[in-house]
Amino acid sequence: MAGYTEDELKEDLKQQDYKFGFVSDIESDKIQKGLNEDVIRLISSKKEEPNWLLEYRLKAFQIWKEMTEPNWAHIKYKKPEFQDIAYYSAPKQTKKYESWDDVDPEMKETMKKLGISMEEQKRLTGTAVDFVMDSVSVATSFKDKLNELGIIFCSFSEAVKEHPKLVKKYLGTVVPATDNFYAALNSAVFSDGSFCYIPKGVRCPMELSTYFRINEGGTGQFERTLVIADESSYVSYLEGCTAPQRDENQLHAAIVELIALDEAEIKYSTVQNWYPGDKNGVGGIYNFVTKRGMCHTRSKISWTQVETGSAITWKYPSCVLRGDYSIGEFYSVAVTNNYQQADTGSKMIHLGKGTKSTIISKGISSGKSHNSYRGLVQINKRAKNARNFTQCDSLLMTDTCGAHTFPYIECKNSSAQIEHEATTSKIGEDQLFYCQQRGLSEEKAIGLIVNGYCKEVLDKMPMEFAVEARKLLTLSLENSVG
Amino acid sequence: MLSIKNLHAKIEDKEILKGLNLEVKPGEVHAIMGPNGSGKSTLSSVIAGHEDYEITEGEIIYQGKLINEEAVEDRAREGIFLAFQYPIEIPGVSNINFLRAALNEIRQSKGEKDISAKEFMQRVRDKSKLVDLDQSLASRSVNEGFSGGEKKRNEIFQMAMLEPTLAILDETDSGLDIDALKVVAKGVNALKTKDNSTIVITHYQRLLDYIVPDFVHVLFDGKIVKSGDKSLALELEEKGYDWIKEINVPSL
Amino acid sequence: MNKLQNFRKNFNPTSIPLRKEMLTLSEEILKKNDFPTTKNEKWKYTRLGKLSRLSLEKSKDTSTIKKSSEKISEEAITIEIINGFVNTISDLPKGLIIKSLKDCSKKELAFLGENIHLENEVFHCLNSLYIQDGIYIEIEKDTKLKEEIHIVYNNLSINTFNPTRLYINSKSFSEANIVELFKSDGAENSFVNPVNEAVIHENAKLSITKIQNEEGNNFHIGSDTIYQKKDSFFKCNTITLKGQFIRNNIYVNINGTNCETHLNGAYLMDGKQHVDNQTKIDHFTPNCESHELYKGILDEKATAIFNGKVIVHPDAQKINAFQSNANVLISDDANVNSKPELEIYADDVKCSHGSTTGQLDENAIYYLRSRGISKRKAQAIVSQAFIKDVFSHIDSESSLSYIFKTLEKQHNWEFLD
Repeated sequence: MAGYTEDELKEDLKQQDYKFGFVSDIESDKIQKGLNEDVIRLISSKKEEPNWLLEYRLKAFQIWKEMTEPNWAHIKYKKPEFQDIAYYSAPKQTKKYESWDDVDPEMKETMKKLGISMEEQKRLTGTAVDFVMDSVSVATSFKDKLNELGIIFCSFSEAVKEHPKLVKKYLGTVVPATDNFYAALNSAVFSDGSFCYIPKGVRCPMELSTYFRINEGGTGQFERTLVIADESSYVSYLEGCTAPQRDENQLHAAIVELIALDEAEIKYSTVQNWYPGDKNGVGGIYNFVTKRGMCHTRSKISWTQVETGSAITWKYPSCVLRGDYSIGEFYSVAVTNNYQQADTGSKMIHLGKGTKSTIISKGISSGKSHNSYRGLVQINKRAKNARNFTQCDSLLMTDTCGAHTFPYIECKNSSAQIEHEATTSKIGEDQLFYCQQRGLSEEKAIGLIVNGYCKEVLDKMPMEFAVEARKLLTLSLENSVG
Repeated sequence: MLSIKNLHAKIEDKEILKGLNLEVKPGEVHAIMGPNGSGKSTLSSVIAGHEDYEITEGEIIYQGKLINEEAVEDRAREGIFLAFQYPIEIPGVSNINFLRAALNEIRQSKGEKDISAKEFMQRVRDKSKLVDLDQSLASRSVNEGFSGGEKKRNEIFQMAMLEPTLAILDETDSGLDIDALKVVAKGVNALKTKDNSTIVITHYQRLLDYIVPDFVHVLFDGKIVKSGDKSLALELEEKGYDWIKEINVPSL
Repeated sequence: MNKLQNFRKNFNPTSIPLRKEMLTLSEEILKKNDFPTTKNEKWKYTRLGKLSRLSLEKSKDTSTIKKSSEKISEEAITIEIINGFVNTISDLPKGLIIKSLKDCSKKELAFLGENIHLENEVFHCLNSLYIQDGIYIEIEKDTKLKEEIHIVYNNLSINTFNPTRLYINSKSFSEANIVELFKSDGAENSFVNPVNEAVIHENAKLSITKIQNEEGNNFHIGSDTIYQKKDSFFKCNTITLKGQFIRNNIYVNINGTNCETHLNGAYLMDGKQHVDNQTKIDHFTPNCESHELYKGILDEKATAIFNGKVIVHPDAQKINAFQSNANVLISDDANVNSKPELEIYADDVKCSHGSTTGQLDENAIYYLRSRGISKRKAQAIVSQAFIKDVFSHIDSESSLSYIFKTLEKQHNWEFLD
């Protein structure tokens, strides 16, 4: 019963448009547009990287050049012009931040507008926050407390310098550069991101959180997140994303790699609210992201996502259930409105014995948008007694949108049990009438019904995040009834 | 309170109400009876403001105001409550959040402040006792997985929470056993005041043993063909609806 | 020269006077393409490598050979087709026209290919260009056929390509029940390619039951393209009892309101058999319903694919579409790939699909065994229970008893009811 209040909702309902569309006036260090080996060397040297990482990048670049952009997804868009993107943009900083007080006031203002004032976050929720603006991690809070437990939570660049062994050991092991076109691109040009390591047997006492923000125009954002949960450890990780309103389409091609060693558990929650473009489909972020987790014996990875932003979303957070009795979960709400297009879902690759996976996907389409679920459940030969349950539901708000379901179910073991269910339907008119008869306005009734429809997924989110997600859902669907 | 004059209404080109008249004063209980297909549920939907029904002629005047064109939620905020014949299930939305949202919207429309959490919970406790509604049902999703009896009791519970001026009970007795029926009736009677009115729509006389009406109307073929006191209900029970068909005369 | 061009070199274009445009377009498409690979989404799980490497001859005219194949029923109107050539057609009742394409008028032949896609359909093109014979069936207006039409395709040849064509013209208010039996007595390394087209006019009803019971090491790639007009009814049951390599494509275009469509399928495969069922239902018009039910049992090293697609196009409101695929795997080496897809562009619809993969109910088998039934028989009984609801959609009694007889022979099943 706690959580979202009617007041908050009401306040938000007044705001009609994308509310994170401001541009912060922060000086940035941006290199010229285009991509070639020299640019990669430049990025690497700006970041003072060791040679092995430069080699990794150059190899990835070679692989990328050989690849073609995938076109199997149910999306239509103008392919990005890869030579017209600046591959590095960092807020200009003269010195390293020693403490929160050193952070540029304009930057602090930006965070405040995003609702992630660090002080407040610290005080209220005890969440450690890493803030990544454009491509660079600018502030990480709560470091000391985490240090005591041996937890490493820092920017990716810092991890490369301070913990090169760990980075070298795990980088690219879950998502190799060869995986796909955008993964190869990211591997070549990634600029920063978050790194997290939880030592053996440690239960991370607070939620770790990263906020991603694209601020500069004409840039792409290519961040990289690597989370390693050592044996029997636990971590809950949150990720939030926003970007300013621009007429151009900006490319976001990130990689998230999760590694859950034996008996570890990782919970990864995302609220994605990249700028979706305007009502006529102009501008917006191209969100082409590769997220994958590797599950070792008896470990568990669960992905929870609420996707309301981006002009185009192409992402399939996945689990490779390599260890016996490991568990993979995917809970997703994807909302599309106006001209947004989303092709999203999950892949569950069952390799180990007794592995289990659950996929719950809720798609809501409105306006002239297209929303597709694409999922793969693969039971391999060795995966004895594997179980999967998949449910994907689509809700249609207008007669001009589309909702599509493309599940792939591949089974090579006779002891597997796989269940897949999908439904597509219109928002219930009888439900609307019932709510309205009790005095609720149409907008409010829709908000209520949609939130109820997504409850299974929202319930999986940490409380504070769920509140934000609920508000976003209501906001994204304003004026959407056909 | 409510004054319906020469009401004609249709759904998808099929005329269902064909000149219905009804006058309900504050504090009164009216029972509307009639055979299946006579237009009973249409009448309740039309009063509540269901958009599938089109009023082609006549007027519905509620508290001195013509409400023919008013939106369903506005009517609800002004105190019209419909207990549904088939209460709707809304997965994932808890009964309690639903009610709090509804209650606050109604209060806001009257310029009142939102109810405090404490006061709200107190009211939930008090009112759920009224209909013997298990507290746990209050936190479950709206009507989802409720038994038939629980759904009907939940309707009366909502009515108790929202304190309407005009309550319409649409076949609230259907599908209830006698014990459940008594519980529902007890709830309805407890909510009765000299200022609010109730319209009980039913097919059977037995509910009227527990909710005693001041007036009984017989609806047939979209019109009220006979009105009387509660003895009319008994007469109907005895003679059956065929009797009405026989006495059906153009005007009364 | 790519594999497709190499495959083509032994065949001459058809001598039947089909529509020129269809033939020219087929030739053009074939020239530009090769056999599809697993990169092609429609062929993701079925490899054509073996087929494409075969060096096949065209089959010789068999219409004069007197060879009587096994019949399903003596009472039905029976057509026998051997190696792609029409062999015999039994006497016809009033209101029914059945003839070899060789005997068709130009007007009748002009119907062929009207609704069939050639682009991206190499096997439609091969069929159109190289058929040597086929059948035209017309059920005249208001004719409600009491007798079933049975078409027995028998493939006897070795190393040949046997394309056949069937055109069904279901005129308004007509009703027909067609059974197709596919056999291959003694054939080896042959490729049968039956392409069916049907137009179901207003208020007409058409049911097709396909029984595939093909011996030997042969390839079967077939397709049905159905065009439904308003108020029409179509049902297709595809029962695959045996076949080394079977691919069934069913495309249904629903172009009128108030239509009903049922696609059902059952497959019982073992050995190294491979069956690939592809269905696509396009709802272009409002107020229609479609139902799909495919069930299969896979033993040994068998593989099954189900790819069902339902597309509800813009403005096709009030569509109810249901799709269900259930599989039972008996052996650890059996494979199943299931891909039920929905593409919805209208909002007032009710669509759902489900797919399950699992085992036979162990508790049920245990219970039966505890009553003294052998394990094998118990498995057979539980398998029957699993697959029976597909059989219940078959209206033809004689087909049902043929299916039961075959299953008894092939799997030692005993039918209890």
